[in-house]
Amino acid sequence: MIDYSRPLGIIIGLLYLAGAMGFVFSLKWMSSAPTARKGVFAGEIGFVLAIIGTLLMPGITATGYMYIAVALLIGAAIGVPLGLLVPMTAMPQRIALSHAFGALAAGLVGVVEYFHNAPQIGGFTMAVLGAEVVLGALVFTGSLMAAGKLQEILPGRPITFPGQNIANFAVLGVAIGLIITLVANPGLTWAVPVIIVLGLVFGVLLIIPIGGADMPTVIALLNAYAGLSAAALGFVLSNNLLIVAGALDGTSGLILSIVMCRAMNRSFRNVLFGAFGKVAEAAAGEQGEMGSIRSASFDEAGEILKSSRLVVIVPGYGMAVAQAQHKVRELADVLAAEGVEVKYAIHPVAGRMPGHMNVLLAEAQVPYDQLLDMEEINPEFPQVDVVLVVGANDVVNPSARHAKSSPIYGMPILDVDKAACVMVVKRSMRPGFAGVENEIFFNEKTLMVFGDAKDVMGELITEVAGKRDSLSV
Amino acid sequence: MNVSTEFIVTGLFVFALAGFLGFETIRRVPRLLHTPLMALTNALSAISLVGSLVVLGRQYSTYATILGFIAVIASTINVVGGFLITDKMLRMFRTRQKPKPVKAEAEVSS
Repeated sequence: MIDYSRPLGIIIGLLYLAGAMGFVFSLKWMSSAPTARKGVFAGEIGFVLAIIGTLLMPGITATGYMYIAVALLIGAAIGVPLGLLVPMTAMPQRIALSHAFGALAAGLVGVVEYFHNAPQIGGFTMAVLGAEVVLGALVFTGSLMAAGKLQEILPGRPITFPGQNIANFAVLGVAIGLIITLVANPGLTWAVPVIIVLGLVFGVLLIIPIGGADMPTVIALLNAYAGLSAAALGFVLSNNLLIVAGALDGTSGLILSIVMCRAMNRSFRNVLFGAFGKVAEAAAGEQGEMGSIRSASFDEAGEILKSSRLVVIVPGYGMAVAQAQHKVRELADVLAAEGVEVKYAIHPVAGRMPGHMNVLLAEAQVPYDQLLDMEEINPEFPQVDVVLVVGANDVVNPSARHAKSSPIYGMPILDVDKAACVMVVKRSMRPGFAGVENEIFFNEKTLMVFGDAKDVMGELITEVAGKRDSLSV
Repeated sequence: MNVSTEFIVTGLFVFALAGFLGFETIRRVPRLLHTPLMALTNALSAISLVGSLVVLGRQYSTYATILGFIAVIASTINVVGGFLITDKMLRMFRTRQKPKPVKAEAEVSS
């Protein structure tokens, strides 16, 4: 749509090119923590250039500029508090929610372009436009649903019903059928609202069977869809900048969902259509008694921790729920003061979005060089004196290695059972997300410390630090 | 707005190369930074702001202007909020400092 035969068009084109380069640099600089903030700056510059270029586009009226200024101000007035005030523990739902906003904008632009130009729309344009509108609609409702589940406004457990997959495919099939009809006959204006509704419904259907632990994959997938819809809009508007940004966003979402799926040893198909929770319930029912457990008092636990050389903390979603990350850091600090080395083992799917635990611990001012990925820490476990599991469950379950009937069979886990002692902080004996009993709880090396993660951490801090004081006096 | 055949080819070129570039770049982002990465790409996906601005600025019709207005607000929220939150998160990531002497906490006195 940019008219390159005029000097202004060339200026706009070059501004867009610079903007696209800003986006590429921003992602490149995200590849290491020391340069990452520079990356954010590059992205911001890219956006500013993109907006300037767009405002130079011909055809924008004086009233138009006024409306734009007002809309930008309103958006910024909402965006600033949303960026600065949301607590780190609410980050998964915050990200899901903003996917919804982006998708809404992309969808609306597609709709306006259709009605402005129909029926003079070529086949290719119509096909891309249709796909763009459906994607926008499904990401909009899907992200709202995901945010609702994460915020616990909606029930978090998977909801399944007979014929669910058939219903999903039927909805998607009808939408695709209508897009094909529109390609043949772009003047069929009633079909566009219908495909929007189908997209909205599909977004809801896609998320209702998804359980909490599958959220990381699904959020990443919605990220990829949002990118694809932006790229599709780029084709509709003949705008390379949108295509570049959309492609970058799309691949990012795709890579993150692949990482998440691999970390759970599951396929996309399995996450999206597997209704994991249902299988798990059946498996849990079949399981019998696993043996006896040993529990430890705060006093005993504190003593053991204090006398260790190397302690590895394994955080999980339970830590996020109990908001225990600051207390965990405090415990690590008092242990460090006792000469105990403390490291953190981060499983890739711990929490509710990719990298969730890293952000929470960073918020609690844990230096990131103490946070070790699964591959880095696993060979070290035989040398570890105590593993302290705080609110993690399935990611440390050794059944994943050998129990073929288990729903988590084949999932790579943190090998905590190789350590000399495992201490599990847990509210009760309720099974984790997968609904399977955790073998590690019944291991003879394991001590259970019952209680809310935050309270337990407080008690352990008192035990460790208190003992030191009484000795030093 | 019909896409010229020329642009379809150029656009696919750009899409394929940008996708490849994105794949190779993002593959190198460590797991540590996956949440900030999501927040950042989230801000980037609000690039539909560019399309929204044109729709709002040209005011094809009353309803197009209303939809454009909503679209500009929605994508601006994403851009502004997305960049701010990414930066806020990244500011928290720090390397090991010199270990501070741990003072006895308030709870210890009990």
